[in-house]
Amino acid sequence: MADTVPSAEPAPVAAAEPAPLPPLQPPARVLVAKPGLDGHDRGAKVVARALRDAGMEVVYTGIRQTPAMIAEAALQEDVEAVGLSILSGAHLTLVPRVFEELRARGLDDLVVWVGGIIPADDEPALRAMGVAAVFGPGTPLRTTVAFVQRAVAERRARLGRR
Amino acid sequence: MSTDALVAAALAGDRRALARLLSLLEGGGPAAAAALRALYPRGGRAHIVGLTGPAGSGKSTLIAALARQYRERGEPVGVLAIDPTSPYTGGALLGDRVRMQALAGDAGVFVRSMAVRHGHGGLALAADAACAALDAAGYTRILLETVGAGQDEVAVAGVAHTVVVVSAPGLGDEVQALKAGLLEIGDVLVVNKADRPDAEAAAAALHLLQALAPAPPWAPPIVKTCALRGEGIADLVEAIERHRAFLAASDAGGARARQRARAAALAAASAELDRRLHAAASAPCREALWEAVATRARTPLDAADALVRAVLASPPVEEPSA
Repeated sequence: MADTVPSAEPAPVAAAEPAPLPPLQPPARVLVAKPGLDGHDRGAKVVARALRDAGMEVVYTGIRQTPAMIAEAALQEDVEAVGLSILSGAHLTLVPRVFEELRARGLDDLVVWVGGIIPADDEPALRAMGVAAVFGPGTPLRTTVAFVQRAVAERRARLGRR
Repeated sequence: MSTDALVAAALAGDRRALARLLSLLEGGGPAAAAALRALYPRGGRAHIVGLTGPAGSGKSTLIAALARQYRERGEPVGVLAIDPTSPYTGGALLGDRVRMQALAGDAGVFVRSMAVRHGHGGLALAADAACAALDAAGYTRILLETVGAGQDEVAVAGVAHTVVVVSAPGLGDEVQALKAGLLEIGDVLVVNKADRPDAEAAAAALHLLQALAPAPPWAPPIVKTCALRGEGIADLVEAIERHRAFLAASDAGGARARQRARAAALAAASAELDRRLHAAASAPCREALWEAVATRARTPLDAADALVRAVLASPPVEEPSA
């Protein structure tokens, strides 16, 4: 994801990576969104493509989304998970606003994960806001894919519906 | 929430319930059938405009521009944008919202992306049901975008009242591709990206093709647009309105409603038969049949006959609950 900013420690490449699950039926429905002003979305597109190749239906909305636009897209598209790609360093400002907008629409049970240039020191704060996982530069795609699949499957089991 | 409660909430203006209802309809099965039974009598007010044409012709951008015009007239707009499903993984990248950002923040617009899944002809199986839901929920103008369509992806004609076929100059020899099936279902023909130098030639080619056709009761107007700059959109809205008035004024309106009903029922019936055929083919007892065909002891046609007989003789198979 990061091709310019040498920041944050690369996520450890786990040797005992869990094997990916077969695609869910109906397919997992996921939103990949870029809040804020950073203007490059290579990473978001690569992740969206990997999720697609794992059998998910991935809504991609493009760059420069406001938290309200992201929450409204999540609502209209009835997604189960939202991935936020943030390279600008504004994650501690943007992520709480996305949660506010989601909650304002009654969307308080979505799986939200964050990817991009996120210093490891900020991860606990993001998790405290409700972020389920943080994937920094160097995270293998299969780690992200396995996480989303599992998290969506668990959410379905918890809610008793798709 | 029960299906009845979900339908009631969606019809009362709860957008989240509408979103969940669309997922339910998309999932198919008995719950979707029950929901549609409740929705169908409540619809019939909306005008459904289908937009089809080659990938990259500008359908999504045109829909955003059209939706803005309808919003200026105070009409609630529902958008249903279909994108292709991977035949290998079942996954899909639904990217039409990227071109529709200008619609964000308007509570009078509801945009839904839908993967084509097992649908044929450039439409998802649930497209008709999803339009019925948007219709019943009060979206009086529905813009339905097909997947980037080639020559015979004409299913949209069975769902939409007015079909807009969108082409663009510079997509190679795509007027040739339009000749076969797409052009025939177009009620309005659009040459988008009209700021390109070869747009005039593309429009001229369409005029020429049309001149060769026998005079129909409705001659599809050819409209030049530049969706990105918002040029020609008012002309397109007007052409669509003229077609709507034509449908209302002529017998073609009633005939076409029955045609659409037939197409919707046939599409649903073939999808159901397809599902049962696949279930029958997956039964372990058919292995001997495949072996017989593989060793050329029987022909694929004989095996097909056996499958069809098995499906017709058996009661409906319940879908596995997901």
